[in-house]
Amino acid sequence: MSDWIEILKLDHIPRQGARVVELGPAGEATRVAIFRTATDQVYAVKDHCPHRGGPLSQGIVHGGQVTCPMHNWKIDLASGAAVLPDKGCARTYDSKVEDGQIFLRLA
Amino acid sequence: MMKRKLVVVGNGMAGIRAVEELLKLAPELYDITVFGAEPHGNYNRILLSPVLAGEMTLADIVLNDLGWYQDNGITLHVGKKVTKIDRVKRKVIADDGKGNLTEAAYDRLLLATGSTPFILPVAGNDLPGVIAYRDIADTEAMIAAAANHKHAVVIGAGLLGLEAANGLRLRGMDVTVVHVMDWIMERQLDQAGADMLQASLESKGLKFLLGKHTEMLKASPEGRVGAVRFKDGSEIPADLVVMAAGIRPNTALAESAGLHCHRGIVVSDTLQTFDPKIYAVGECAAHRGIAYGLVAPLFEQAKVCANHLAQHGIGRYQGSVTSTKLKVTGVDVFSAGNFSGGDGTEDIVLHDKSGGVYKRLVIEKDKLIGAVLYGDTADGGWYFQLLKEGRDIGAVRDRLMFGDAFANNHVGDAGHAGGSKAAAMADEAEVCGCNGVCKGTIVKAIREHGLFSLEDVRKHTKASSSCGSCTGLVEQILASTIGGAYQAADRSTKPMCGCTDFNHGEVRQAIRSMKLLSMDAAFKALDWRTPDGCASCRPALNYYLISTWPHEAQDDPQSRFINERAHANIQKDGTYSAVPRMWGGLTTPDELRRIADVAEKYQVPTLKVTGGQRIDLLGIKKEDLPGVWKDLGMPSGHAYGKSIRTVKTCVGAEHCRFGTQRSMSMGVELEKMLFGMWSPHKVKLAVSGCPRNCAEAGIKDVGVIGVDSGWELYVAGNGGIKTEVAEFFCKVATREEVLEYSAAFLQLYREEAWYLERTVHWVQRVGLDSIKQRVVDDAEQRKALHQRLLYALQGIVDPWLERTEGVEAHEFQPVRVPADAAHA
Ligand code: SRM
Ligand SMILES: Cc1cc2nc3c(=O)[nH]c(=O)nc-3n(C[C@H](O)[C@H](O)[C@H](O)COP(=O)(O)OP(=O)(O)OC[C@H]3O[C@@H](n4cnc5c(N)ncnc54)[C@H](O)[C@@H]3O)c2cc1C
Ligand code: SF4
Ligand code: FES
Repeated sequence: MSDWIEILKLDHIPRQGARVVELGPAGEATRVAIFRTATDQVYAVKDHCPHRGGPLSQGIVHGGQVTCPMHNWKIDLASGAAVLPDKGCARTYDSKVEDGQIFLRLA
Repeated sequence: MMKRKLVVVGNGMAGIRAVEELLKLAPELYDITVFGAEPHGNYNRILLSPVLAGEMTLADIVLNDLGWYQDNGITLHVGKKVTKIDRVKRKVIADDGKGNLTEAAYDRLLLATGSTPFILPVAGNDLPGVIAYRDIADTEAMIAAAANHKHAVVIGAGLLGLEAANGLRLRGMDVTVVHVMDWIMERQLDQAGADMLQASLESKGLKFLLGKHTEMLKASPEGRVGAVRFKDGSEIPADLVVMAAGIRPNTALAESAGLHCHRGIVVSDTLQTFDPKIYAVGECAAHRGIAYGLVAPLFEQAKVCANHLAQHGIGRYQGSVTSTKLKVTGVDVFSAGNFSGGDGTEDIVLHDKSGGVYKRLVIEKDKLIGAVLYGDTADGGWYFQLLKEGRDIGAVRDRLMFGDAFANNHVGDAGHAGGSKAAAMADEAEVCGCNGVCKGTIVKAIREHGLFSLEDVRKHTKASSSCGSCTGLVEQILASTIGGAYQAADRSTKPMCGCTDFNHGEVRQAIRSMKLLSMDAAFKALDWRTPDGCASCRPALNYYLISTWPHEAQDDPQSRFINERAHANIQKDGTYSAVPRMWGGLTTPDELRRIADVAEKYQVPTLKVTGGQRIDLLGIKKEDLPGVWKDLGMPSGHAYGKSIRTVKTCVGAEHCRFGTQRSMSMGVELEKMLFGMWSPHKVKLAVSGCPRNCAEAGIKDVGVIGVDSGWELYVAGNGGIKTEVAEFFCKVATREEVLEYSAAFLQLYREEAWYLERTVHWVQRVGLDSIKQRVVDDAEQRKALHQRLLYALQGIVDPWLERTEGVEAHEFQPVRVPADAAHA
């Protein structure tokens, strides 16, 4: 079974930016940050910093990383892992882009 | 492509630091081969003293273990001494001492052979038990001697000699220090400081013989050294003799290869020898006639050398100002620069013999050029900074002696209080309140990772990486842990961040002179190391672009911190706060009603009167922000920006019985003039109607105080992390002048200061006098500055209004995936 779901168009995220996708019923939704890098790479990471839960979607995106707006931890977008010396990992989701459309896999 | 070959001779601190720097810049460019005469990896030589003193072990001082060489693909030959350089065939030949030769070809050769200890040319200097103090083998020999013998004699009372003597004494030996000069550490101390130091070392059990010339070393019946005999005929027993009478640059290999040597291997500002394929760094190199014997300069050399080896070609080594610190626990000595004075110099001296404190500051033309501190060295780092940056100390001269905290009036400053506070702190004591880092963690990181600079400590421990108020304390911990090797941070020469070698000043300059108008243009023109910078350089670059080229450069929202991108302050739970502007702290019933309505409609959990005389709505959901702004119908208060924040006012002559000037309307006028102004850091003003100063103008970036005959202007105050009282700037007669002078001062700040530098730090860096000259004394420049500010602010639109009209809508709208599609 394919779990890919259509999320939004690539154009709707600025380069070096992110949008938040809320999955599930309002109030108890899971928030996933969809990042678009300067080179149009797309990554989906749970919008929850491994440090103290800061919203990663609000950070500055550089290279393949985002810097959390709360206390400047750097998170590698591909793996969700904090960049040393910090330790921890944010959950990541599979994503793909087809015809300018971003898909997310939830399973 | 075939990789190029780099051969490094000398597996010590300078050579390997250069390799580390090179790997950062161009990890793939070279196949690297390192030869080291010692049978070890690279270790922190300066920590041999704590090892000798029993405070650390050899394992603690390893900087690069063998695994490091492997991980980086470096071929390491330990225990092999390079004996020949063939410059024609471009290869070196090494000998392991057992007749086995190793050859290695090079495209580039780096010589980092360090120094050799100077051994007095006296009879008996080759007896067993006579050693130098240079490496692990020497240290082990001393530890062994201390276990089996009684009498030690150390020849030479410089830093090295005293550290050796202290260590041997702590290991139970009876130690005499012999010195030819009349006082100890004469290269670092003047006699008054040296006498105090000597007394305190004597109280630790060391003995001194000064003005003594060694004639010969006599053998004991066992054939080991047994006594030292002096030219005056006297003799003392000695089972161990440590020669610490100086070092000589180790140039034998270079000389045999025909390289020009004079007081070291002569190198240029790019660290190249007379053969441009051959570089030299560290104690073996002589740059502009100086061979340094300390690590801080060799780190600077390594950095420049690596840059050229990496073919970036940026950077010149221009020599170093050095400082030294004796690493004897419980004894604080610091010296830097030229402290012997001379023509045109003046001394400020504090000499408290029974208090055990001695300080001498040498001043030349309002600049600090030298410092000697004994007993209380807490301000060593600060003096060193003043000295290196050549700052004008005219304004604080009368308080200079009493240190940073006093001279700069810090209040409640956790960072700089107290003398050897860092050394006395318990390991569990918290140093960095923001990141919860305690002293023990910092010391451990310094030792385990071989850290030398504040920047390194920040990277490894996060200490001092947030609000920065513990910076002074972290620097002290560095200094007390690694002594003179500590590299005082120096913002004027420090690169902006890891993405570049340029510092803030150079980047600002390049943006102006090359007329760079976009982020990409800047990355390209300045050869940025990362494709799109990092969270630290991007906001700075963006500011430099838009402030240098208003209306021309593109503002890049993605390079702004979230607060400036969303035009509200992010909260710890991801919601936002909004502070609408209330010009000069004034409001109306209608505004208050709208605020109340918005708070109810959007269920704003907290309403608060801020310290900036306005009202904060805290806890707003991001998606509600445009609606909130629309309903408020008030402009942004920019409470989130590196920008103009507030202009606080008191009631003033409008109502107050003491008021001499109309401060409320003056404040409103100023705030309207500055609306929408981005700046290196936030900017706050205040206007008081009389010298009672109820608006607290004395701690603002620009403070205006009404007096009977006009207005007094104060600048560069700061009420934040370190409270700094504003300095008197000038007195003017009219409201128009208040606007013009304030605008000109702030425009100069916008054009010159480095990103995240508040006005106070900028003024401290460039000197108030130079600013007064341009703003107060020079009417033409003042008017031009004023005009440039007005031009930059022309046509500024309220960002909140724009966003209620749909600008950057994507920023505020989440994407909802309905419940049935998602079971995450
Ligand atoms: C809301 C307010 C506290 C209050 O409830 O009164 C406040 C709140 C914050 N201040 Fe402040 N400061 C507030 C007045 C002040 C004042 C007093 C003043 O402005 O008269 C000061 C000292 C004066 C000064 O700046 O010189 C002050 C010195 C700081 C500092 C230290 C700045 C420094 O250079 O030393 C920071 C940290 C920074 O900016 O890097 C800071 C940073 C912050 C931040 C923005 C922290 C952050 O980055 O998220 C806080 C946002 C809270 C939030 O989540 O909304 N706040 N802050 C005040 C807003 C005033 C306004 O109406 O705009
Ligand atoms: C006990 C002690 C305490 C010190 N304390 C301080 C201090 O507190 N602060 C400070 O700033 N400085 C201090 N120093 C000085 C500091 O250690 C030196 O400035 C620094 O180590 C010099 O680095 P270098 O790479 O130039 O030389 P070294 O670190 O000496 O490295 C040179 C290496 O090259 C090897 N070598 C030489 N010739 C050859 C060859 N032909 N082939 C192969 N290998 C060769 C040597 O064996 C050596 O390992 C101290 C020094 C000592 C000995
Ligand atoms: S509002 Fe200011 S003082 Fe209060 S916690 Fe936040 S930054 Fe600290
Ligand atoms: S919550 Fe992300 S760095 Fe602290």
